[in-house]
Amino acid sequence: MIPSIKPPKHLKMRVPQTSAAETSLQSGPPKIEIRGLNFYYGDMRSLHDINMTLADRSITAFIGPSGCGKSTLLRVLNRMYALYPNQRAEGEVLIGGRDILGPTVDVAELRYRVGMVFQKPTPFPMSVFDNVAFGLRLAGGVRGADLKIRVESALRDAAIWDEVKDKLHADGRSLSGGQQQRLCVARAIAVQPDVLLLDEPTAALDPISTLRVEETLQALREKYCIVVVTHNLQQAARVSNVTGFMFMGELVEIGPSNQIFTSPQDRRTDDYITGRFG
Amino acid sequence: MNRRALRKAKNGVFLALSLIATMTGLACLAAILWTLLSHGLAGMSWHLFTAMTPPPGGQGGLLNALYGSAVMTLLGILIGSPIGVLAGTYLAEYGRKSRLSTAIRFINDVLLSAPSIIIGLFIYEIVVVRMGHFSAIAGALSLAVLAIPVTLRTTEDMLNLVPIGMKDSSAALGAYPWRTTISVLYPAARSGIVTGLLLAIARISGETAPLLFTALNNQFWSTNLNAPMANLPVVIFQFALSPYKDWQDLAWAGALIITVSILVLSISARVLLALLQSGRGSGR
Amino acid sequence: MAIINPRHAAKQLIYERVFRSATLSAAILVLLILGGVAVSLMRGAWPALKGFGFSFVTREIWNPVTDQFGALAPIYGTVVTSAIAMLLAVPAGFGIALFLTELCPPLLKRPIGVAVELLAAVPSIIFGIWGLFVLAPVLQRHVQPWLIAHLGVVPGIGHLFKGPPFGIGVLTAGVVLAIMVLPFIAATMRDVFDTVPPMLKESGYGLGATTWEVMWNVVVPHSRVGIVGGVMLGLGRALGETMAVTFVIGNAHRISSSLLAPGTTISSAIANEFTEAVGDLYTSSLIALGLLLFLITFTVIAAAQAMLRRLERRGGAAL
Repeated sequence: MIPSIKPPKHLKMRVPQTSAAETSLQSGPPKIEIRGLNFYYGDMRSLHDINMTLADRSITAFIGPSGCGKSTLLRVLNRMYALYPNQRAEGEVLIGGRDILGPTVDVAELRYRVGMVFQKPTPFPMSVFDNVAFGLRLAGGVRGADLKIRVESALRDAAIWDEVKDKLHADGRSLSGGQQQRLCVARAIAVQPDVLLLDEPTAALDPISTLRVEETLQALREKYCIVVVTHNLQQAARVSNVTGFMFMGELVEIGPSNQIFTSPQDRRTDDYITGRFG
Repeated sequence: MNRRALRKAKNGVFLALSLIATMTGLACLAAILWTLLSHGLAGMSWHLFTAMTPPPGGQGGLLNALYGSAVMTLLGILIGSPIGVLAGTYLAEYGRKSRLSTAIRFINDVLLSAPSIIIGLFIYEIVVVRMGHFSAIAGALSLAVLAIPVTLRTTEDMLNLVPIGMKDSSAALGAYPWRTTISVLYPAARSGIVTGLLLAIARISGETAPLLFTALNNQFWSTNLNAPMANLPVVIFQFALSPYKDWQDLAWAGALIITVSILVLSISARVLLALLQSGRGSGR
Repeated sequence: MAIINPRHAAKQLIYERVFRSATLSAAILVLLILGGVAVSLMRGAWPALKGFGFSFVTREIWNPVTDQFGALAPIYGTVVTSAIAMLLAVPAGFGIALFLTELCPPLLKRPIGVAVELLAAVPSIIFGIWGLFVLAPVLQRHVQPWLIAHLGVVPGIGHLFKGPPFGIGVLTAGVVLAIMVLPFIAATMRDVFDTVPPMLKESGYGLGATTWEVMWNVVVPHSRVGIVGGVMLGLGRALGETMAVTFVIGNAHRISSSLLAPGTTISSAIANEFTEAVGDLYTSSLIALGLLLFLITFTVIAAAQAMLRRLERRGGAAL
């Protein structure tokens, strides 16, 4: 690693004046508590002793270079890793007070309560309406007029209602890339999860669609605990009110976004943010 | 929560059913192999490889049938695979996108799955009827027709797998396509093409229906290509359906021999393909 | 400066022309073969078709002595045995593919997959003799009496299970055919399921769906075209299968309402009778049967291939 010399202040990245971090919005009580989390791919440890608390009604962004473990961390939160052999997590992860890594946890129920949006849009091979209704129909108990209301409200919250209200029965795959991703967001929030996870949600989108998705997230912040993994530092600064920097499987630093981006405590965070590596 | 329990139960039921399906399939394979081994080994003896097929109720072997199958399979491959390889080369090198190529690919895929008895009827009409009698050459021709689609498909697929950089480099040095194909592409796709040959041999060596009315059968030793020739599948067909125990034993022994050869060929083809892919992966 | 020998260059060009024509001829030969099959079958079938007209397809009679032939019984047998085979093999093949892609522990995936493909390589005559000597007696002694006793009395479907338990017959042939076609269908479905992008499946799991729910609601609709294509290809093979069926079908040119009765299929009729057919009309009728089989299987297989090609092209444009 190159020995770092602190660059003059005016070269540091500016946090936009109107970022979410500046506006004083109240976050909620602690929603996710992670204690002593270690993660293994086979014998290789890829997450080292992670400890953190994430609040409800806030957006937490995780940044860091490729391979630092941020996506791995995200996938622990809904135990998506359990689909693959040779991957295991040790430690405690409390969501809403309950340890989700425990042996008696119903994984399908966990995944229903913790929603996820992926890097590439993944509309199901069915109509727009059916895509959004998918999770609701799985759980049952929501039918007919109720179902229509829930679907519409999810599509509104995902800022895509106006664009699809006349083609609810068109195939989900016929939408544009940005629309497909917002459809996936609608699908995830239709079931009103406790937590919403997004893994580089705008990586495959053009700038305008990216903007739309970011606006959606900011609006959703009032209702959900949102965790975003992103490669885009400016996006993290724009959108989140808490940012965590990860490096080589460790959580190096976590704090209010405007503090992380203007005066980070750790040298590694500083180097990454100022572009000395990444 | 009741709904959740119902969904979990449904999930469990279907997954259990899929496990049962898999076990049933494996059980069938095991049952067939077991039967082949137990009945076939009982009928095995050195006579198999030294004596001819006997008259009803007599003692004998399968020598003429083994010879006939070997000869006709060999001839079938010798005639069919060059055609398949050349045609596959055409599709991969010259006719990538043309309408003719699309049609040929389509027809080839149809022939790949077509009933082999129809091919037998075809060869009967154009060879046996013309010649006036059944013959080993007619049998070999019907096997050749069956070998063509297999070799064509594998050749085309394997040639398409060769990195395009290789082709471009050769063309950039001024080589004509024929030169590129023969000197660069064939060696590069060598194992794949050989795999195709092995698969074709495995396919045609077990075929009975097309031989029923082309090569027919021959009780005696014959090396005359112009006359009916004994072959293993038709002998098995005839002997198994007969009421004679000696014949039935020979049929089982023959069945065991065919199955073992085909399994060995299929496994070799698979091993060869795996070697090919691992060689590729190590970045040669 | 590079010096080019003009004679050498000319020779290269000649070789190129020769090679290109050789490959082109080989490729066209494939087309000619199919054309040749169609034409020769039609020529061979002509006497029978001329003699019996369209009624050839609708008559059940098959009498070599009086030279009266009809294709109805073989057609019926072909269709019914294939239907039974598909009814049994498609769900089972689906189950095996589901097991291999979602449930199977990684260590076993390879061996079981290989076992399925080896089963597909076993020649059909082996299935035939196994069916005759092993399966038929089992069916005769245990399964068929059960079927007659329990299902033969159910109104509506009872007539399907009447009659003495021969052991051989239409039902047995259907079962043997099912076992023969099963590995092909399982392997095709597994290949189709393997092409579903993992992210799509994870989206389903991410909403809390169970394995079956992801399979049924996400994977199957996504691979619909591939599944149908694969099944139709399997059907095409079942329709044309000869040796697996000939041993156990019973060879009776009769249409019976019971599945337990002997019958015949197009390919087994040809296989059994062709070499002993005396008289032009007899032989021609058998070739006419072959022509019918050719038409039926060609249609099914061509449609299946068209669907699978659409899938291949879409696969590049999809997620």
